[in-house]
Amino acid sequence: MPQVIGVPRETFAGEKRVATVPEVVEKLVKLGFKVAVQSGAGDAANFSDEAYTAAGAQIIADVPALWATSDIVFKVRAPSGDEVGLLREGQTLISFIWPAQNPALMQQLAARKATVLAIDSLPRMLSRAQKMDALTSMASITGYRAVIEAANAFGRFFNGQITAAGKIPPAKVFIAGVGVAGLAAMGTAVGLGAIVRANDTRSEVADQVVSMGGEFIKVDYEEEGSGGGGYAKVMSEGFQKAQREMYAKQAREVDIIITTALIPGKPAPRLITAEMVQSMKPGSVIVDLAGEQGGNCELTEPGKVTVKHGVTIIGYTDLPSRLAKQSSTLYATNLFRLTEELCKTKDGVINVNMDDDAIRGLTVIKEGAVTWPPPPLKLPAPAAAKPAAAVPAAKKGHGHGGGAPMSGNALAIMFGVAAALFWFIGAYAPADFLGHFTVFVLACFVGYMVVWNVTPALHTPLMSVTNAISSIIAIGALVQIAPPAVAGLSRPDDWIRWLAVAGIALTAVNMFGGFAVTQRMLAMFRK
Amino acid sequence: MSQSLASVAYIGATILFVLSLGGLSNPETSRRGNLFGIIGMTIAVLATVLGPRVTAAGIPWIVAAMVAGGGIGLYAARTVQMTQMPELVALMHSLVGLAAMLVGFATYIDPSASAEFKGAAKAIHEMEIYVGILIGAVTFSGSVIAFGKLSGKIGGKPLLVPARHWLNLAGLLVVIYFGREFLRAESMADGVKPLIVMTVIALLFGIHMVMAIGGADMPVVVSMLNSYSGWAAAATGFMLSNDLLIVVGALVGSSGAILSYIMCNAMNRNFISVIAGGFGTSGGTPVAAGAQPAGEVVAINALETAELLREAKNVIIVPGYGMAVAQAQHTVFEITRHLREKGVQVRFGIHPVAGRMPGHMNVLLAEAKVPYDIVMEMDEINEDFPATDVAMVIGANDIVNPAAQDDPTSPIAGMPVLEVWKAKNSIVMKRSMASGYAGVDNPLFYKDNNRMLFGDAKKMLDEVLGALKV
Repeated sequence: MPQVIGVPRETFAGEKRVATVPEVVEKLVKLGFKVAVQSGAGDAANFSDEAYTAAGAQIIADVPALWATSDIVFKVRAPSGDEVGLLREGQTLISFIWPAQNPALMQQLAARKATVLAIDSLPRMLSRAQKMDALTSMASITGYRAVIEAANAFGRFFNGQITAAGKIPPAKVFIAGVGVAGLAAMGTAVGLGAIVRANDTRSEVADQVVSMGGEFIKVDYEEEGSGGGGYAKVMSEGFQKAQREMYAKQAREVDIIITTALIPGKPAPRLITAEMVQSMKPGSVIVDLAGEQGGNCELTEPGKVTVKHGVTIIGYTDLPSRLAKQSSTLYATNLFRLTEELCKTKDGVINVNMDDDAIRGLTVIKEGAVTWPPPPLKLPAPAAAKPAAAVPAAKKGHGHGGGAPMSGNALAIMFGVAAALFWFIGAYAPADFLGHFTVFVLACFVGYMVVWNVTPALHTPLMSVTNAISSIIAIGALVQIAPPAVAGLSRPDDWIRWLAVAGIALTAVNMFGGFAVTQRMLAMFRK
Repeated sequence: MSQSLASVAYIGATILFVLSLGGLSNPETSRRGNLFGIIGMTIAVLATVLGPRVTAAGIPWIVAAMVAGGGIGLYAARTVQMTQMPELVALMHSLVGLAAMLVGFATYIDPSASAEFKGAAKAIHEMEIYVGILIGAVTFSGSVIAFGKLSGKIGGKPLLVPARHWLNLAGLLVVIYFGREFLRAESMADGVKPLIVMTVIALLFGIHMVMAIGGADMPVVVSMLNSYSGWAAAATGFMLSNDLLIVVGALVGSSGAILSYIMCNAMNRNFISVIAGGFGTSGGTPVAAGAQPAGEVVAINALETAELLREAKNVIIVPGYGMAVAQAQHTVFEITRHLREKGVQVRFGIHPVAGRMPGHMNVLLAEAKVPYDIVMEMDEINEDFPATDVAMVIGANDIVNPAAQDDPTSPIAGMPVLEVWKAKNSIVMKRSMASGYAGVDNPLFYKDNNRMLFGDAKKMLDEVLGALKV
């Protein structure tokens, strides 16, 4: 018996998003579910009832009937009081809940003996969870939209231009807090041609800022601001002072400030004071994305656009909803990925498996029992916790000597051994041998010097050419074949001749083969 | 031609050989370098044949032997596949070793060669013969085994005989003992016996030595045998009092020694421990413990790979032995050309020990017509990974293992590696999740930005190419 996923129309004033879109309905049906959508649920996001029907959903006009038929309810916003009343025992609700901020709602929901999955409680550090991370997808829309809103309120071009009438300087954008929203804002602003600067208390994001084409502005104070879980933490007094100075300086210089600074479970940090707003150029814009948590700017009025000291301050808290089609699609996809995790058997029945780290984190109420907050995850320590690079890779290049200079001791031992060896040879060997020995040692040195210069790309040709050259041993065989006769010696001519002929033939293979194959290889190296 | 004239010709040949090796410092000059080598060899051979030590009676023999050997050599050079280069090189080493042995024996049984020596000079001459044959025999049998391993006729697994170090030591002692017997021998017949015993031991030693060395240590072995073949030539030079042979032998010997050293460095391994055989024998059993890599392996298909490549601006391809095995280099080139036409910057990152012999990957890529100026060494390209969109690893494992840098307990800790994980995305093409030669799990596969493309490299790359062309 397949379960029914119900998608009611959002009741929160001004909310335009919808929890699923026709495209995703098709996929849910493929997973074995039936989908029921409230009539008009997608209107505000430009998804018609017909589109849903075409995708395989059933349209139900009556709200209580929809809730009654559904085994699982997909929503965007946390349920209102009325909606909580419609929730029945055994039903599963998936939506934003914010359990920490809404303890009363949690109690009401628990009283309904339902199962509730709070999409905002997803353990974001699990890489597997990223595809379900609705916070991230909403935040990136927020960041994009923040720049669009700013551009709308800002009276100039973003990109610098040189026109016949004169030069237009590019807009300067400062982004405070480089999380997902901040990065999305940065990408959008860079794309529009603005000069973008950014700051974050977590120093590890500096690289990301630079990689997006922005400039990372450092606070002149040493303190690390990573508070675990990818969020920032509250900083010390000294740091905050240095930070204020930096912000004051930026406020005087830039045209647009976008603030995204949030600390979990705390009011948003006050980054932009009234004086800073006053010091900004008239016509400047501030977009405060932390409006809901009180705002990063002192003068922000949540949900509204105000003009103070000639600066437009945008405090909208519903930016994702202002891009309803896009955000609905992303949110619906996130919920679909979650449904896939819940329904691994693809038979249209979900299984809230509390042994699964991701699902455990999401589930805030399980059949009436509050299961929030979840036990801490056993996560691998983040890379930053590693001890300083364990073994520095040995530097080695080619060129004379290559490699680190030998330690004094090793050098001394080597000289000692060489001296002893040379002394031994000098003491016992005849003069004739020494001549050859001199040649030998010098040749070794020449070889050493020459070969270090060979480029590693040609090591294979080097081997085949040295191979060919070592067939010089043929000379040894050549002189044995038929030397001028020496009087008075009987010589086993046949034996020697055959050995020598074999030697010549073998070395000839090398001689011709080695050079030919080297030639063939080298001819391949081309630009 | 008088003796002096021959000597002068030898000097000329020596200079040409040095220039030949020097020319290899750069692909531009390398072809001329090879030509110098050929000219040098021609001069040396002609000077010998026309010189006072060879009488006219020998010429037909020489010509016949040269034609036979040369024909075989040229045929092999024409037909060899570039992926088989390591085998060919190993086989050629064995020929040098065998020739050195034969020349050594011939010299010993030739009374005219030692007629002029008396006393200490005679002892030294005989010692030279003894050592020359020894090195030649080790080179010969070792290279034959290396050839067998490289061509897959013998399994790549190291064969570890119990108490093998003691066996080797015993062999050495026996060789020294028979060396003494050999020097004391009154007549030639008495001397041949210890000589043959020693040769057999040396042959066994060569077999044993290379059998104990595993597949991925082959670059070291091949370059080491290269070095040995040089020393064999040098020993022959001493034996015949011929400076040209000594010089060339020393050149080749030191060249091989340097290559071995570079290869060992690139694996962060001690030369002795490679030769002693088996991986991890110096550091006890390979540690299975250490941090178990966390995270998930994410697979990807050819279509998605093509997508990633098409959207990238900067791509670095890291080939390994797997590319050679799958003969995928031509497809790699096709993909490269296609991407370059689309304006994607494609480069190659080559680890010094990628493949089965030094420079193996470079030759394969050159064969596939990849321009050499986009083929980079590890040191040249490693710092570019952070600015790279896609790093594609084809059939390589240990050389891209981040554990070498991060995990001091890893058996490969400290080995220089290509830092592909610093790229925005990495794609690893592999047959399966099996670990590499060192038997170490690769945390790269578990990184967030890594994707695995499972399957035969050639087949998968063909699919990627197909998807790119759509």
